[in-house]
Formats: sequence, structure tokens, C-alpha cells
Amino acid sequence: MSSSTNTPTHHTSTIGSIGAPSRRNTELALLVFAVVIPVFAYANVGLAIDDKVPTGLLSYGLGLGLLAGVAHLVVRKFAPYADPLLLPLATLLNGLGLVVIWRLDQSKLLQSINQAGNAAPRQLLYTALAIALFVVVLIFLKDHRVLQRYTYISMVGALVLLLLPLVPGLGAELTYGAKIWISVAGFSIQPGEFAKIVLAVFFAGYLMVKRDALALASRRFMGLYLPRGRDLGPILVVWAISILILVFETDLGTSLLFFGMFVIMLYVATERTSWIVFGLLMSAAGAVGVASFEPHVQTRVQAWLDPMHEYTLSQAGVQDGVVHSEQAMQALWAFGSGGTLGTGLGQGHSELIRFAANSDFILATFGEELGLAGVMAILLIYGLVVERGIRTALAARDPFGKLLAVGLSGAFGLQVFVVAGGVMGLIPLTGMTMPFLASGGSSVIANWALIAILIRISDTARRPAPAPAPNPDAEMTQVVRP
Amino acid sequence: MNKPLRRIAIFCGLLVLALLIRDNWLQYVMADDLKNDPKNRRVAIARYGTPRGDIIVDGNPITGSTKTNGDGYNDFEYKRTYKDGAMWAPVTGYASQAFGATQLENIEDGILTGNDDRLFFRRTLDMITGKKQEGGNVVTTLNAAAQKAAYKGLLKQGKGAVAAINPETGAILALASTPSYDPSTFAGNSTKVDGKAWTKLQKKNNPDDPMLNRALREIYPPGSTFKVVTAAAALEHGVVDSADEKTDSPLPYTLPDTTTELKNEGNIPCKDATLREALRVSCNTVFGKLGVDVGKEQMLETAKKFGFNSEQFVPIRSSASIFPEKMDRPQTALSSIGQFETATTPLQMAMVASAVANDGTLMKPYMVDKLQAPNLDVIEQTDPEEMSKPLSEDNAQILQSIMETVVEKGTGTNAQINEGGVTIGGKTGTAQRGVDNSENPYAWFISYAKVEDGSSPVAVAVVVEDESANRDDISGGGLAAPIARDVMKAVLDGKSGS
Repeated sequence: MSSSTNTPTHHTSTIGSIGAPSRRNTELALLVFAVVIPVFAYANVGLAIDDKVPTGLLSYGLGLGLLAGVAHLVVRKFAPYADPLLLPLATLLNGLGLVVIWRLDQSKLLQSINQAGNAAPRQLLYTALAIALFVVVLIFLKDHRVLQRYTYISMVGALVLLLLPLVPGLGAELTYGAKIWISVAGFSIQPGEFAKIVLAVFFAGYLMVKRDALALASRRFMGLYLPRGRDLGPILVVWAISILILVFETDLGTSLLFFGMFVIMLYVATERTSWIVFGLLMSAAGAVGVASFEPHVQTRVQAWLDPMHEYTLSQAGVQDGVVHSEQAMQALWAFGSGGTLGTGLGQGHSELIRFAANSDFILATFGEELGLAGVMAILLIYGLVVERGIRTALAARDPFGKLLAVGLSGAFGLQVFVVAGGVMGLIPLTGMTMPFLASGGSSVIANWALIAILIRISDTARRPAPAPAPNPDAEMTQVVRP
Repeated sequence: MNKPLRRIAIFCGLLVLALLIRDNWLQYVMADDLKNDPKNRRVAIARYGTPRGDIIVDGNPITGSTKTNGDGYNDFEYKRTYKDGAMWAPVTGYASQAFGATQLENIEDGILTGNDDRLFFRRTLDMITGKKQEGGNVVTTLNAAAQKAAYKGLLKQGKGAVAAINPETGAILALASTPSYDPSTFAGNSTKVDGKAWTKLQKKNNPDDPMLNRALREIYPPGSTFKVVTAAAALEHGVVDSADEKTDSPLPYTLPDTTTELKNEGNIPCKDATLREALRVSCNTVFGKLGVDVGKEQMLETAKKFGFNSEQFVPIRSSASIFPEKMDRPQTALSSIGQFETATTPLQMAMVASAVANDGTLMKPYMVDKLQAPNLDVIEQTDPEEMSKPLSEDNAQILQSIMETVVEKGTGTNAQINEGGVTIGGKTGTAQRGVDNSENPYAWFISYAKVEDGSSPVAVAVVVEDESANRDDISGGGLAAPIARDVMKAVLDGKSGS
């Protein structure tokens, strides 16, 4: 920060010094595409499966259009200088996700094993709720710096959210995957998705205060700045919590996500590369340590190294205490069968993935039906969201805003990498959902809130500096005596 | 704070780049391997997504397709059906939704599903015009009447196999194996019905191993039928010059370099017997000594010309028959009368008979006459192909006259067909099994039929392995020859009728 305060206009950023265009009309034009593309995709699925335009097309198109319109109007009113790309990108992803969820609803196989059927209408409802939360955030969070006040409350909140799935009677025990769900009044909620945002607030607030101590009080050793022992405390605590999540909730993804987010924010706050080195060493040690005695994680790693073997075991119904899943191999087959251009929407067989075909594994359906071209487009859209988030961080004028924006976008990027990498067999599978695409209320609601916060920070960042207040000294001093 | 931010931006870009590279690897580099992986269920879904083409015998399909309807969810739209499935199983193999496909169903899968590259243009046309993809047909060379005669004959005897060939072309006319299985019983993918039927047929649950294609994949010791090969070698390599000159054959005959006496079955006139007489009464002593006189290298050379020691692809793969390559002189003697390690598939022995019948020329056996596109255009036609010439025309005719004597007044009289102008040549065999002959032997018969104009429309090999039969009854002439006769008669009747 020191460099930026010295030369405030040195860096290229989205703000010009004065009179930046609001770009709201750009956003509106992009939004039209973001709504029209999913509507065409929806019609495409209907034509491919039933040879007719689906009856819900009009209501679906209107629904999505309405939600996007409301979001746009709220942004126009309450965050007029916000980044113009974030909302259309998120809308496009959400719309395409809805289409593919609806497409998987039509699968008789998934219906027969109760994995799909009416997920799409439910997802549309969640999307409406998510947009409502988006609107609430934008209206009531006038300035993101307000969140700074809640630094330590956020910490408690995040811990509670993370621990909820372990509460007896509340945590939903699933045959497959990790213990990251709670069930309340018939609804399954994934508190980790919300914890992601709350933790980012805590880290941003905490690091903003402590960053000088963490950055400067260190000794140099072999080209690295070694932090003092007591400054290692926070990173050790976060590391320990991540390991605990991994052990008790058996969730590699969430654990990796939180620790990765913390290391990113720590690095940005202190500008010390040594933290990255420490972070990598600690996560490697943690992962290896846990993997050596946790059978669930071991199975995931084995399925990653040799998915075919795992498939064979699952087909043979081998019972050896851990659940063998054919999903990893089925996902690879789905991607491979899609090839360069895909089979076309509605014409693939990604339902063979069975469990979680429309949530964790939804990218495989994109892979099969839209092909390499489609998946590359989706990945680039995610990349764009992350880069717009980081650009917002660059543009933000306050350290808290910078840290929060980079934390949120970094977490979003890591989540995309961990999920897509897992589904594509690049890294071991974890139980997380593709942001915006996957079926699931918690995910879509939390991610819209995340986008809302980024939009709020970018609005603050791009807002033209207020015209200097009239200086009373400029006027002639008049002494008025009675 | 902005320098680390830029680095984080680059880092996130690298994460996305890694995903993009991985995606290209999966969906471009590995795409075809993953797409065509036989374990990828999409392969089977495509296979059963449209009515499968048919396998055709004598102009009639012996297979069919039916809409799958069954319990619960099924992503395979069509199911294979078979007419007389058990009888044709050694020809068709099976195409099962749950258990994959074998033999013709597997080898010609591309044509039957319509996925073959040669159908690409049609397929594209269908796609554009919105027609559903159709499969082509596989037209076989088989003869329904001969197959029926073979299968019925075998059923009466229990376990066994028949292979019949047209000696002049190599076209396979019959290919039967018992006990057999009906591939339609497990063509679907219901665990209740198809899974149970499949389990019951597996060798570990069914010692009779009904799914074994005995005509192509089982190798039996050929017993005395192998003496035809030894006789051919003796003639070809100049050890014997004619059918009726006396051989130099002592009786009793002691295996060379040993003190073991080689015995004949019963007290038969084998001392210095002529080749004709020796084959008529099936002298072990004469042929054992002939084998040694010819020499193991020359014996091996002739056996290989007949097709021994290599797999045949008809196009179904048949096991390689065995004539041992490493043996000493007594073993050569034993191998020459079809003992020691000599072992053969029924198809191989039919090839031996057919080479003799076709005046010494062995035609390459085949069972697919042509492949048809869905509109019946011929995509591929199999032309008869000469495989080898194990013996000269003169020697073949000498051997023919001897084999005809066997049927006329030797061990093979049961194969006689008393119709105008038909002559039958054959050879019986009874292969010993087990230590000191403790198990029931295999009954063999190989033969061919010639018609008036000198042409030969059929050669056949029959093997019967019946463990329930009375041991004394088992002899090639008693059990196997009548089946061979019926098969040949079916072919001859069909020929005169048409």
C-alpha cells in the first residue's frame, strides 16, 4: 500500500481521476445477451428432447429477464458506477445453469433414482431469493467499509457456520461426499458457502489492522522474510481450523478453499512472498498428513489417480468400508464423448454420472453437450468474473476494500478451480459446487451475495471523487460585530 | 498493495489456464479413446439405440430386434432376438445389453449398428434428412438344413461339435456345438431375468460349459482321423507311392528307441498292410511307423500346410490346432496317430477333409459371404481364397480312393449315402482320454461327399464327447458317422433341389 499511497495515479485502473462513465448502458446491453442466450439454450433442449419448444419457455424467459432487470435497475440506482461486467456474467452463468438443470430434470434415469425431476423450478426459486438478497445487500450496504466494524463478529459467525454441520441432529449425514450440509425444516443448507463470505470479511478486517506488524517485524533468512513466532499465530490457527474441517467434515474442497483464501489475503496484505511459501508448505503437510489416515480422502485420491480401477470396484460392488464411486470415470467419459463441439444440448448421456449429476458434476454435462468449445467458454467466463473482481481490488482506494475484493474473487477462483479440476480429473474430487451453474440454493444465494459485495466495492472504487467542498477560507473573512 | 494483487491476478489466470489445458487434453487429445472405450456405456446405448441389422442364413434372418420393454428404467431402446438361438449360437455369438457382444455380433458390430466407416456417407445423409440410423446385414455362408442336421444329431448324443465346409470355396456350411445356449435369454439387461440366465450359463456354475464354441474354440485329441494327415505326408514326401503297395510294417511294432510296444485296437491285419488296408482298419502300427519314416520335420510341414499350429479367422477366431514341434522319435510315432500332444479343433479336421476332397487344394475357410448396407447394397463380398496346397492332385486322388474304401467297407460304413452318383470318403477316430484310458474317449468322424461330376460340395468333421454313453459304444463310426452323413445329405439334397 505504501507505494500506492505515494503515487496514487501511477497504476492503470478502472477509475479515471474524474468523470468516469458509469457504463450502466453497457451492462444493460450485455444483460440482454445474458438472458437471450439461456432462452435459446432452453428452446434447444426442448427441441432436442421432445421435438417441440418447451411450454415453459415464455415463463422461464420472462422470469430470468425480470430477475436480471430488477438487478440491473437496483445497480443503476444504488451502485451506478459499479463494474458493468459482473452482473451480466453472473446472470449468464446462472441462466445456463438453470437450462442444464432443467435438461437433467428430463432424464428418466435421474428421475428413477430421485436425483432430478423438479430441480429446475426450485433452482429458479432460489435464484429469485438470491437476487432478492443481492438487492438487499446493494440497498442496505451503502459502503462496504461498514463491514469492517464486524470483523470479530464475523470470525465468530464463520466458525459457527463451519461447525454447524457437526452439530448432532442438525448435520445431514450423506452416503456420498462430505459432511458439509445441515438440514433445517426440510431444507438442506451448505453453511460453508456463506462462511466463505463471512470469513473474507474477518480476514480483511483483521489483516488490515495487523498487516504492518506481520510485514515488517521479520527477520531475513535465505532470501525470505521469516515472520516472528507470535505473528505466526493467526496463520497457524486458520491452518488448524482447515485441518479440522478436513478431518471432521471430510471435505478437502472447503478446507483448501479457506486456507487458500487466507494465504492470498495475507500475501496481498503483507507483500511478503514468504507467506506464500509457508502457506504452500503447510497445506502440503496438512494434506499429506490427513490423507495418510483418513480413508475418505484416500479413496478420493485413489479415484483421481486411477478412476478406471475405482469404477471397476464400484461396478463389482466391493465392500471394504469406503464408498467406491463410478462418478470420476463417468465424468471423464462424459467429457470425452462430447469431443470438440459436443453432442448438442439434450443429446448426451451425462445422466450416467447419476449422483450429483446436476450439482457437483454439472460441468460434465456442459462438457458432453457443448463440447470443448462450450467448456472453454464457461471457464473463460469464470476467469473474467475473477479478473473483474481483482480489478475491483486494484481500483479500490481503501485497504479493507482491496483485501475483501481480492479475498472474495480469490475464493471464487479457487472454488472454480477445485470443482472444475476435480470433475475433469486434474486434482482429486471434492464435494463443492460449481458457482452459479450447480443446482443448490446455498451456493447460488451465497454467490449472488458475493457478486453484490464486489459490485458495491467497485461502485465505491469507480465513483468519481466528490467535488472539493467549497473552502471557507477562500472567501473574505468578515468580522461581524454586533 | 497493488503488486501482490497483480500477481494474484496472474495466479488466477494460471489456474484457469490449467483448467483449459486439462479440458483440451480430455476433450480433444483423449476424446476418441474415452468416447469409444467399451466400458463407456454410451457405446452400448448407441449399439442398442436403433434396431440392429440382421445376420442372414439362406436369405432368412436368424436374428431380430425388438423394442425393449421391461421393469423400470432402461436406456437401451432395442433388444436383440434370436430364432433358434441355441442352434445358431456358435455362428452368431451374442449381443447382450448387459454382457456385451461376441463373435459375429461383435466382429461385424460396425455394420450391424450402422456405425461402420463404410456407412459414413449414408449415416450423414440420414442425419440430414432426419431418418433414424439403421444397421446393415451380415449375410453368412451357412446352410440352414446342414446346420439343423448337425445340431439335431449332436443333441441326441450329448456333447460335441460339427464343422462343415464347402471344399471348393472354403465357405462354412455348418458350425454346431452342444450343449448350447440361447443368446436371447440374456439379451436384455434386467438383473432378475438376464443376469440370472447369464450366471447359470457360466462354466463355474455349469460344468458342461454351454457357452464354449466347441466347433472353433475347443481342441480335442483327433485320434485316428489324424492318420489322414499322416497318409498325406507319407504320399507327399515319397515314403509311400500308391494306395495298394505293401508297406514295410512289422507287427508287433516297438516304438523306436524304446521297448514299448504300440498296440492296435483288436487283432487286425496290419502286418505290411497297404496304405488302403491300413486306413480301412485303422492300423496304429502302420501309421506310427509311417510318421517316424516321414520324419518329424516333414510331418510338421504337412500338418502346417493343412492349417495346424495357427489360429484361423473365419472371421471368428478359432483356436490353433496343435501338432507338436518338439518331440523325439517315439513321440513322433504317437503324434502321427493323433496321440501325444496332437490336438485339433473340429474346424481344422473339416479343413483336412476338404483339402483332400478338393484335389489337394485347401481353401481358406470363411463364414461371411457379404456385408450389406441397410438398403441391401453390397458393401463387401468375400471371394474364395486359396490358403495352401498340402498335397498334389495325384496324391489327393489316391487318398480320396482310400477314404472312400473306408466308408464303403471299413470303419465308416455308417456314413454311406446310397444315392445316384454320390461317393463318400471318410475316416473314423476314437481318441483316448485320461491316464490309462480311464475317461470316455472322443468319437470322431471326418468325411466329404463327391457328386457325379467329380465336384465336392461338402466336407465335414464331427466330434462327440459323451460321458454318459457306454464306453464300448463309443467309436467314430458308431456315434459320429451318422451325424456326418445327415449333414452331408442335407447339403446334397439342397443342392439337387435348387
